[in-house]
Amino acid sequence: MEGRDVPMDSKLTEDRVVEMPEIAAERPSLHLRTILIRYGFLALLAGLVVFFSLATRGFASPQAAVFILQSVSITGILALGVTATLVVGGFDLSIGSIATSSMMAAAYVMVVLEQNALVAVLVCLAIGALVGLINGLIICYMRVPDLLATLGMMFLLIGLQRIPTEGRSIAAGMTMPDGSTAEGVFSPAFLALGRHRFDFFIPNLVPASVVVLVVLAVLIWFFLEYTRFGRMMYAVGSNARAAEFAGAPVNAYKIWAYVISGVFASIGGILLAARLGRGDIASGNNLLLDAVAAALIGFAVLGAAKPNALGTAVGALFVGVVLQGLTMMNVPYYTQDFVKGAVLVVALVFTFALLGRNGR
Amino acid sequence: MADDAVFRIAGLGKAFGPNEVLKGVSLELRAGEVTVLMGANGAGKSTLVKVVSGVHRADGGSMILDGRPFGPASPAEAMRAGVVTVHQNIDDGVVGALDVATNLVLDQLNGAGRGIFFNPRGVRSRAKEIAGRMGLALDLSAEVAELPLADRQMVAIARAMAHEPRVLILDEPTSSLSSNEAERLFALVDHLRSRGVAILYISHRMSDIRRLADRIVSLRDGRIAGLFEDRPLDYEGAVNAMLGRKLGARNIDSRVPTRPVFAAEDLRILPGARPFSFGLGTGEVVAVVGLVGVGKTRLAETIFGIHAPVGGSMRLGGSAYAPASPAEAVREGVFLVAKDRAKTGIVPDFKIYENMSLPFLPRHSQFGVMRRRTERAAARRQIADLKVVCRSERDDPATLSGGNQQKVAVARWLSQPSRLLMLDEPFQGVDISARHDIAAKLRESAADRATLLFLTELDEALETVDRMLVMSEHTIVGEYLNREGDIERLLADVAGGGRGAA
Repeated sequence: MEGRDVPMDSKLTEDRVVEMPEIAAERPSLHLRTILIRYGFLALLAGLVVFFSLATRGFASPQAAVFILQSVSITGILALGVTATLVVGGFDLSIGSIATSSMMAAAYVMVVLEQNALVAVLVCLAIGALVGLINGLIICYMRVPDLLATLGMMFLLIGLQRIPTEGRSIAAGMTMPDGSTAEGVFSPAFLALGRHRFDFFIPNLVPASVVVLVVLAVLIWFFLEYTRFGRMMYAVGSNARAAEFAGAPVNAYKIWAYVISGVFASIGGILLAARLGRGDIASGNNLLLDAVAAALIGFAVLGAAKPNALGTAVGALFVGVVLQGLTMMNVPYYTQDFVKGAVLVVALVFTFALLGRNGR
Repeated sequence: MADDAVFRIAGLGKAFGPNEVLKGVSLELRAGEVTVLMGANGAGKSTLVKVVSGVHRADGGSMILDGRPFGPASPAEAMRAGVVTVHQNIDDGVVGALDVATNLVLDQLNGAGRGIFFNPRGVRSRAKEIAGRMGLALDLSAEVAELPLADRQMVAIARAMAHEPRVLILDEPTSSLSSNEAERLFALVDHLRSRGVAILYISHRMSDIRRLADRIVSLRDGRIAGLFEDRPLDYEGAVNAMLGRKLGARNIDSRVPTRPVFAAEDLRILPGARPFSFGLGTGEVVAVVGLVGVGKTRLAETIFGIHAPVGGSMRLGGSAYAPASPAEAVREGVFLVAKDRAKTGIVPDFKIYENMSLPFLPRHSQFGVMRRRTERAAARRQIADLKVVCRSERDDPATLSGGNQQKVAVARWLSQPSRLLMLDEPFQGVDISARHDIAAKLRESAADRATLLFLTELDEALETVDRMLVMSEHTIVGEYLNREGDIERLLADVAGGGRGAA
């Protein structure tokens, strides 16, 4: 994060600085270990890209790159949201079910209630914000531990999203519980969110979901690293009591983190609905675990050893690259979860074993 | 017999990377004697203790216990060999969720050949025996987490002593005890001394040292800087050897407040406590002194908006002041350097400059976006001002010594002007030279604000403040100007003499 590898300002002389004799000695002695911790994971990612490019045909194409981004876009968005809760020292297990609830809600609003795309999107965002707010309130004011509160919310939402349709998936022309047929359809504008591709040097290259991912990633990264609100959220996560004694409204920051997480998850759900074109009761099972894995892999990026938006984005990308590369090398699909798990374990060992001993 | 060293250290060296912490330490401990080890923070005391107790391995030199070479690879090995250490952090030495009896015999539940089953009756009788031997008058079935700090420490020491060690190391054992509690600890130390245990006692507190020391060893910069064993012990010499310079007597030229800033009127900070009133003005440095647990921290946190007062009112700069949160207090210009910086001050993941700017982020940002350049420049000024020893403002505060960490915590709140600056136990775990730096800076910068310290140690108050308010049982019972120097009367108040407010 914040320019820790930037050389000392030449303007240092404008202020008196107390003895810093070791600084000159410290700079060049970038030990192998330091380099490994800082750049090891990125080097591994680069190495994998090179390896897959050489080992398969077509991996090194813009289309393949975009496909990877598209495959991780929804997971990535959820992961960026959960990063916000990790930053304040919390956790959000309800993101997967917020995403699927939001997907079902979008489908319900358009197909059953016959509303337009804008209404569907707004309803989804409102659901995400509301669930996040409730999570935050339960955690901060009812003192329920974060894992348990959001676990409960996860179950609640998984059940809730089935109630309006009595357990059916939602698609245009579906039969309603009362025997009538739903009149509404997915609006084309809504489907475009999942299917439209923007021109980027090559016509029809970049899907809308990838654009959303990139925009959200940049937003949350800037927010966490460069604004005072992000700084305070890190302070809350690192030492909540110290943050409180420094005048921070600790609970407000925590609640906001869950709201961010909920809204991001609902955006993921909107994109999922737009991609599928229906409200599929059975989809989105892996979202939670994949997103959490991406955020945790992110700890290892640049030796941060803490939740960070850049790391989360790289973590999601890493999983996407590995899966896509292995798929193109004809590794069977059923090994995917194993591979993801292995990547996560390696990243966590990397983070905690190497960084832990690096400390005092 | 007194010449027989039970434990002998010679030429002990230890380095962490390029940082040589112990540069050939030689030391002898004798049976039935308390050897006090003095040293400023960073002198190598903690490292020495860790090498002797088996946490770290020495790089060079030798240790001999009872004529046999001693080189423990783990704390358990050191303990079995007969060297037992009671660490500074009391809660590291006890298990809060278990009762006293189980805590006393905890070490004996581990190890080979102990049997699989837990026998509560056996534990109880064994614990009773240990408690009896140590003169420990505690309810053995009480849960340790519910005991006061001093009792928990007694339990930790009693358990350590159950091994019948030859050598006992006490690392700053009184740092969180009140004087009554400390007196109980001293009685225990006397008892152990008479049983022929060789004791290494590490402390900053002169009162402890005067009370207990048979010999004093001063450690400075990884070397033994002085050994004092001729009676009467040369305490001043030991301090000078530890600091490597002579500390002049500190004369406070008492200042009078120029303008009233803060007033408490019939304030009650706990239900059932008597109301009290006091006022503070610009330019003066005032201390609230009193034993541990008399409500000093409660008062500080009440003024800082963490607790609401039970009764009475506060005024700041002539208008009513009733902060609902620390945020509000900070906005009003009331700052608190809270007690226990590790818990309530320092954010461990943050660099020095981020720690310093924490309460004032709006002042270092524009439209919510941080301006690191001004933030870091401000931190560099504070570092220079308070003589924080660090490589740069981007250092991790955990790499600093306790005294320098405290300077960072104080610098944070000095970085912006305040109307009332409070410091709760600002000198706890801080070496003498850092303490003098902080105290001097506080006095020097005090002109435009009221400064209120909360202190347990009278010595610290006497060398820092203009005026003292004595607190007892959650109320203020006396007031003294520092120049009166009427320590006897003041001591009576501190001990709870309970005269009306002076």
